[in-house]
Amino acid sequence: MAETAGVAAQPSGAGPNHGLRILLLWLPAALAADLVIWFVWGPHLPPGDMSSSAASQQFDLRVLAVLAAPVFLAVLICAGYSMITWRVRGDDDGEDGPPIEGNAKVQVSWIAISSALILGLAAFGTYQLIAPAGAGAGEGPQPIWQPDGKPVVVQVIAQQWLFTYRYPQYGGVETTQLELPVGEPVQFNVTSLDVIHSFWAYQLGVKADANPQVNNVAYTTPEHAGTVTVRCAELCGLWHGAMYDYGKVVSVAAFQAWAHRTETSMAKITKTLPPYALIYTPNEIKGLANFYYQAGLPGAGGGYYGNQYYPDEP
Amino acid sequence: MSLTARIITVAAAFLALTAGVVFVLAHYLLAEPPTVVFGAGQAPGQPVSMTIMTDPVNDVSSHPDWVSYFVKSPQTGQWVHSTIWQLPPHTRVNVTAYQFDTCDPLRNQLMGEVTGTVGNVMAVSGEADGLNGPGISVVNSDTTCGVAHTFNVPELGINVPFEGILYTAKNQCTLAPCAMSFTHVTTTFSFITPGPGDYRWQCFIPCGLASVDGNGHAMSTIGFMTGYLDVA
Repeated sequence: MAETAGVAAQPSGAGPNHGLRILLLWLPAALAADLVIWFVWGPHLPPGDMSSSAASQQFDLRVLAVLAAPVFLAVLICAGYSMITWRVRGDDDGEDGPPIEGNAKVQVSWIAISSALILGLAAFGTYQLIAPAGAGAGEGPQPIWQPDGKPVVVQVIAQQWLFTYRYPQYGGVETTQLELPVGEPVQFNVTSLDVIHSFWAYQLGVKADANPQVNNVAYTTPEHAGTVTVRCAELCGLWHGAMYDYGKVVSVAAFQAWAHRTETSMAKITKTLPPYALIYTPNEIKGLANFYYQAGLPGAGGGYYGNQYYPDEP
Repeated sequence: MSLTARIITVAAAFLALTAGVVFVLAHYLLAEPPTVVFGAGQAPGQPVSMTIMTDPVNDVSSHPDWVSYFVKSPQTGQWVHSTIWQLPPHTRVNVTAYQFDTCDPLRNQLMGEVTGTVGNVMAVSGEADGLNGPGISVVNSDTTCGVAHTFNVPELGINVPFEGILYTAKNQCTLAPCAMSFTHVTTTFSFITPGPGDYRWQCFIPCGLASVDGNGHAMSTIGFMTGYLDVA
């Protein structure tokens, strides 16, 4: 748009109004592009609309694309028009055209439009980051945005090279299967037992780093039933590429049935798990450190399991 | 030096450099252990027997202190240092695992549960510092010496924790592949192979001694504590 104003401001004498020509080319093209982007392409933009955060991200992409397309077309049309209209002709003397300088109208228009776009997008992005559905990203241990209502809490535990999921509201059961209820807010508490991973539930629009000793909270509300692809999005070693699984979003009734069934079937192993906590420190298993000490052994992983507990080696 | 000689010299140097790069890539980066084939020449659907062992040492001179799996070749009966095992699809595999290593705690106690095997159980005999007998479904590695290594195929939901021998056990294996005379624990279990495909498996005990968090070295090297099932 700024380019249009710039060209329109050129001293044109008695020649055609190039600015108007460009505007007439640009306006219908931009309108058509925006309609296609919003109504045809938009509903298929990633990551879809399976959850509130995914739908919010898709909305963001649609808005950005709708704003970017007219700017992009303006550049293309101006460049194309210039190449055709002001190309070198047979009778051209080879001299440059008159310089454009001191045109306050062009300068003010350029700065005003660019500023409005940038500041508007900054405000829009900030708003979308925290409302109405959050960004779906990890917000750290003290989230700035929380959903209404009591969320279903799912702890995501990453380790080389597997995600497991713990449900503190269902007896602290831990499983390799991610199952979520549709229509209920979900709180992911993401952590790691070893190196840095990243929990990326693509269709849910949730992506949160899994750091050892850190509880990274992310929220979403699944809005449609279906399958969720979970991948690690942080290079984490040999089998990083194989660190994926598939979760399910099911009806509330089906989720409740699954959760209670899993709680029962896994009761035996659940008893051996450490108490539910926001972070785990597997290098601080005191009993094992004592065991290693009594056996006169250094322990695996170079003291990973807690030399700090050795009575003589605090 | 003439122009021809210069060209020949540069070309020879270039070829030598290229050959060196190809050699390094092929010999070090692309090298992988041999594939051990099970069920060859066997009627479809017939069960396959597989014998493996987990050793506290291995026979690789560059890393003799890395823990490692070995597998017995069904063709030769010899122990092979490999973690790539070719299995027929939709077939019951009866596994006998000899475990010679001492125990470590599981980083995630969930891996103490036997899953994905026939009946979701395993049988243990020998000098385990923990449970012995048939029908074992859970091993708690935090209360006893517990688990030495695990055989876990995430995509198939298979997890089998191999119990360890006591650190104070006499006659511990020092030479790989370990002879049956060394102290060990025997674990047996069965699983059914899925359709064709490559399925990675790994140990979930951080047993890469002295590496960062115990998860490097043997844990991150195919041929030692991880590999894949080539179901074909």
